[in-house]
Amino acid sequence: MNESSSAHVAPGVHRAPRQDDPPYQRGEPVALFIPCYVDQFFPTIGQACAKLLEKFGVPVVFPDRQTCCGQPAFNSGYWDEARPVIQHFCEVFADQRWIVSPSGSCTAMARVFFGHVDPSPQVVEVGRRVFELTEFLVDILGIEDTGATFAEKVTLHSGCHGRRELGLVETPLRLLRNVKQLEYCELPNIEECCGFGGTFSVKMPGTSLAMGATKVDCILRSGANVVTSVDVSCLMHIGGILKRNEQAQHIRAMHIAEILAAGV
Amino acid sequence: MNDDKAKHLSGAEFWTDQTHGLCEPHGSPSLAASAERSSKHNRQIAAEIPYFESWREQANAIKRYALMNLDKLLVEFERNMAAKGAEVLWAADAEEANRHVLRIAREHQVRSVVKSKSMVTEEMELNHVLEQEGIRPIETDLGEYIVQLAGQRPVHIVTPALHMSAEDVGKLFAEKLGEPFSAEHQRLTDIARRHLREEYLRAGMGVSGCNFAVADTGTMVVVENEGNAGLSTSVPPVHVALMGVEKVIPSIRHLPVFLNLLARSGTGQKLTTYTHLIHGPLPGKKLYVIIIDNGRTNILKDPAAWQSLFCIRCGACLNACPVYRRTGGWAYGWVYPGPIGAIITPHYLGFERAGELPFASSLCGACGEVCPVKIDIPHQLVHLRHRAVNEPSPMRSPLERLMWRSWAWMMKGPRRYALTMWAVKIGIRMAKFLPWHPGKLGAWTRGRELPQPPAAGSFRGWWRKKNK
Ligand code: SF4
Repeated sequence: MNESSSAHVAPGVHRAPRQDDPPYQRGEPVALFIPCYVDQFFPTIGQACAKLLEKFGVPVVFPDRQTCCGQPAFNSGYWDEARPVIQHFCEVFADQRWIVSPSGSCTAMARVFFGHVDPSPQVVEVGRRVFELTEFLVDILGIEDTGATFAEKVTLHSGCHGRRELGLVETPLRLLRNVKQLEYCELPNIEECCGFGGTFSVKMPGTSLAMGATKVDCILRSGANVVTSVDVSCLMHIGGILKRNEQAQHIRAMHIAEILAAGV
Repeated sequence: MNDDKAKHLSGAEFWTDQTHGLCEPHGSPSLAASAERSSKHNRQIAAEIPYFESWREQANAIKRYALMNLDKLLVEFERNMAAKGAEVLWAADAEEANRHVLRIAREHQVRSVVKSKSMVTEEMELNHVLEQEGIRPIETDLGEYIVQLAGQRPVHIVTPALHMSAEDVGKLFAEKLGEPFSAEHQRLTDIARRHLREEYLRAGMGVSGCNFAVADTGTMVVVENEGNAGLSTSVPPVHVALMGVEKVIPSIRHLPVFLNLLARSGTGQKLTTYTHLIHGPLPGKKLYVIIIDNGRTNILKDPAAWQSLFCIRCGACLNACPVYRRTGGWAYGWVYPGPIGAIITPHYLGFERAGELPFASSLCGACGEVCPVKIDIPHQLVHLRHRAVNEPSPMRSPLERLMWRSWAWMMKGPRRYALTMWAVKIGIRMAKFLPWHPGKLGAWTRGRELPQPPAAGSFRGWWRKKNK
């Protein structure tokens, strides 16, 4: 093992709890972490996040030196390359008590995996202060109805990192159920992976696409014309496959923040 | 394991074989469907039991204790087993284990061997070794019997012939055994039973694995559903049991929780049909127990992977794995497929030969969710990826290293980031005009559209304007 392996922590040890105590006080600022691909390719998702939080009286800040959470390199095994990026993240957000991100997998990276790469307290601490948007709305702010109206048939894809690392199963559902005029369509086999998996999608493209095709079948079976998720990355993959599928031309992939902010 | 032996391994090579190993789906539809069905069934069964989670915790804690005290527990097991008249032998690797088996076979003039299901004998290539010595091995587990007849390897650690439909088996029996074709389960089972019965009576030796080795009572536990393990271990005059060092549990009091978990997670039963508790040899017969390391203590040394030794080989993680379901078991290239195989194979065979395996996962975590002994499989996979790119392995690539280095440099400051993103966006806008897409870009666009950057600009641009 090389020297960096000294940072090896037995898996599970750093499956860290989120830092939600003492509870959120009215007026405390919340920092947005907008993942790089959302920033550049899906800016409206970030805008919807800001809009939602501001609607509930939360002062929003955006530390603009932020870049990436380090997940792509981490998942590919390049921890020595991920480390400086993670450290940069923690520097940028060092003074922020509450950090919110519209991504289940980036949140899991921060909260669960930062400590695997760099177990120093500064890093682990900052990672634990990151919350996924729906989790923050429901569990921290106690909001279940954002007052949105969205007249579509919607199904929810449950991203694996959010689901299994953070236990995000209920919060997106609860919020969706309260959106006016929204018809919720249950997704068959909701617990199955869509096949994105970061660099897995291009390292093992055939297998990744086969998994994606199964997911698209399930979406078709659900009868929805919008598929949503707390994870933009899954939606990028699913949406890309939908566009190539003749039978699925009527289905749009949309991040949950945009639905929750619709008509708000 | 030397390379010579590796040549006997059939099945697809990882990654580069014509079938593209794990990169492309080529598992059989019957495998995918059955694995999915079992996985659903497992989840239901687990959900029916309110204390399932606490069983998992207990099993995990017992295994943790057992592995931390392996030195004492194995010796205690040996002493208690030997006191009942069994001969206990130790083997550092597969070769030594094979030498023991061959010596015993020669001593007892064995001509044929009946085998009940055992994964460790697959590690040893025992069938091959016996055949070379002119001894005929006969697999007696129905699934193993089928794959042996077909000249294949098991695709699954619990259900070896998962890839074959009843029709496939009917055709195989017709061809190899000269039986009239049938696709009826009962008929097929009857045929196998008729052929196997004679073998039990003829065999000079029975070989079995061992599911649990109980230290305080010197008990060896073998579970099964078909009765074949019962016959293999009791009818022939000699019984040789093979067990990995990690099979030991401290006390007979710990057994029930494992039996409960193994049956439910493995086959969705409440308990396996037969649970054999073997305390020494039967009167007038011989019992040998061979305890094998074969790379296991290497795993014990790796703090990121040692928990994989908790594995009770139930197969639940295989059934739950979306990659396994689509690629099948052979794509993993060795004895243990699926998520657990992706962790232990690199340790057994070395990262040079199996370093790709930890990458055969979308890290969805379905495996960790179902594992009855709560092995943290998905986290271990990323830890092993980290090792695979740093140690000699097919995944260590200077080019990729350079790529990630530059990525890290670009992500360390907002201005570099802005510049990079500008370049990426231009690249993506241009991509549609390219006649073909190379490398990773091509891998993405062969079945997916690229996301297009919006004309309105980035989020941070919007934010800056808004807050001016
Ligand atoms: S790792 Fe867990 S789920 Fe997989 S075979 Fe072993 S015990 Fe079963």
